[in-house]
Amino acid sequence: MMLASVLTTNLAILVLAGFIGFVVISKVPNTLHTPLMSGTNAIHGIVLLGGLLLLGLPELGAFSKALLVIAVVFGTINVVGGFLVTDRMLDMFKSRPKPKQDEDGAPADGKAGSDGKAGT
Amino acid sequence: MSGPLIATTFLQGESFIYVLYIIAFGLFIQGLRGLSGPTTAVRGNRIAAVGMAIAVIATLLIPGESNWGLIVLGVGLGVAVGVPAARQVKMTAMPQMVALFNGVGGGAVALISWVEFRGHGSTYGSHTVVRTFEVGPFVEHAVVHTGALPTYVAIFSVFAAIVGSISFWGSNIAFGKLQEILPGRPITLGRAQQIVNLVLLVLALAAGADLVAGAHSEPLFIGMLLVAALLGNAVVLPIGGADMPVVISLLNAFTGLSAAATGMALNNPALIVAGMIVGASGSILTNLMAKAMNRSIPSIVAGGFGGGGAVEGATGAGAHDGTVRSTSAADAAIQLAYASRVVVVPGYGMAVAQAQHAVRELTKELEARGVEVSYAIHPVAGRMPGHMNVLLAEADVPYDQLKEMDDANPEFQRADVSLVIGANDVTNPAAKNTPSSPIYGMPILEVADSRSVIVIKRSMNPGFAGIENELYFDPKTSMLFGDAKSAVSEITAELAAL
Repeated sequence: MMLASVLTTNLAILVLAGFIGFVVISKVPNTLHTPLMSGTNAIHGIVLLGGLLLLGLPELGAFSKALLVIAVVFGTINVVGGFLVTDRMLDMFKSRPKPKQDEDGAPADGKAGSDGKAGT
Repeated sequence: MSGPLIATTFLQGESFIYVLYIIAFGLFIQGLRGLSGPTTAVRGNRIAAVGMAIAVIATLLIPGESNWGLIVLGVGLGVAVGVPAARQVKMTAMPQMVALFNGVGGGAVALISWVEFRGHGSTYGSHTVVRTFEVGPFVEHAVVHTGALPTYVAIFSVFAAIVGSISFWGSNIAFGKLQEILPGRPITLGRAQQIVNLVLLVLALAAGADLVAGAHSEPLFIGMLLVAALLGNAVVLPIGGADMPVVISLLNAFTGLSAAATGMALNNPALIVAGMIVGASGSILTNLMAKAMNRSIPSIVAGGFGGGGAVEGATGAGAHDGTVRSTSAADAAIQLAYASRVVVVPGYGMAVAQAQHAVRELTKELEARGVEVSYAIHPVAGRMPGHMNVLLAEADVPYDQLKEMDDANPEFQRADVSLVIGANDVTNPAAKNTPSSPIYGMPILEVADSRSVIVIKRSMNPGFAGIENELYFDPKTSMLFGDAKSAVSEITAELAAL
């Protein structure tokens, strides 16, 4: 009974997360697919948590410990590398169109300043 | 673990960790939403990264964590390898970097499943369940279930092991092919390939079923991992370089699913949510890519194209008797200089030659002469969807000059010159006109609609699909043979000298 509730709760989470994935992702323009793929790639680095959970257990055998350290190294590479590479890719998109956007403070300010100078 | 007081503190700790996990989910979802627009993408990625940091911290706060030295060692090594790799990789080499990061993720999943299996006494036995459930958020259930491990945990764990191992080896092969350590062309066993794949799959599943049924054998588990590893190799080796994006995307989805399965086995909602979101998004992305190439995912995975497609293409090539007009950089420069609208069609060849900066120089020179320039980007141009945009953005091409296929196609009718740089199959009119062509039905850039076409290409060799391109025999097409980078630089030099 209790066990069934653990399983069913987790299955519900699983299914709902799947739907969220479909809904969130399906709106992405083609242009951003590579960064998106890289970003989602970084997110599945969440397996790092699995390694941390198990490595945190007492009374592990030496071989298990070795396996888990490798798993943690792999997971960390996946997370850190994934997010950094995505950031680098996206920075390139950002640099050009940004000055036209009013969203970001800095370039807009810069424009206003130069406009002001032109006025005087 | 005795006394209600300790239990209460434990549970309080658990709900706090749960709250942190929920915050992390919110940040993941918000981050992915951000990634859907060019102006919010940078922030989206960073939001997701913050979510990941919170999830990691929450996990480390779980009571009873020990082996801190090893945790620090593992994370430290991971950072030491991952950060320089991500910082130093060239943007053109980025697809294989994604493949590599994806692979290590799959490897982590497989290793974690292995340790789960090892538990105590190399079986999915009673000890594993106590420990597994103690570290998960549902501590109260650990007390209830000290018996045999529930079957579903074993099923998810075995699934994670098989898929993780496939993903690790498959991604490494994809990396090797894109990095040109391995030959990019399909390496296949011919007709036996599909049988071999099937046998490997059946073997892995049989071993998994045996383990779930309670087989007490670590060698069997290792054997299952090895068979899955062979399967990962056997599936990806026969796939050609141009199909690699679809494969990486597919493996990305696989790793996500295996992470979710690990979460089910470890009873950890953070893994379930994040893994499943990636599984879902990766599937969509894979499907979009495959559609854009007019391929089906099963046929790519079965290694179908390399064989059948190439043979058909070869016969098509023999049938062609048109003549090809070649041109020089000087002529091309004049043609471009007197155009009022030029559409640049970049492709795989431009990416391989890393010619994006040279192309940008050329278009700057043209713009200085008052020529209106835009870029037509096919959904699968380059090595991944959006890859071409990344490369051109790196070369400072303004975002609004990049036109996606549907916006670009009407522009060709108004264009005086289409400059095709290292793109082949995505411009082949056979996809529209020749029902017998293997690429018939694939959406293409309608380059042939423009008044004239210049194609920069290394040779007359057919593209990945192995099909002759009718465009090259069109009377208004002239071919400039050479490496994309040097050819474009030559044109720029000629333009400057005009």
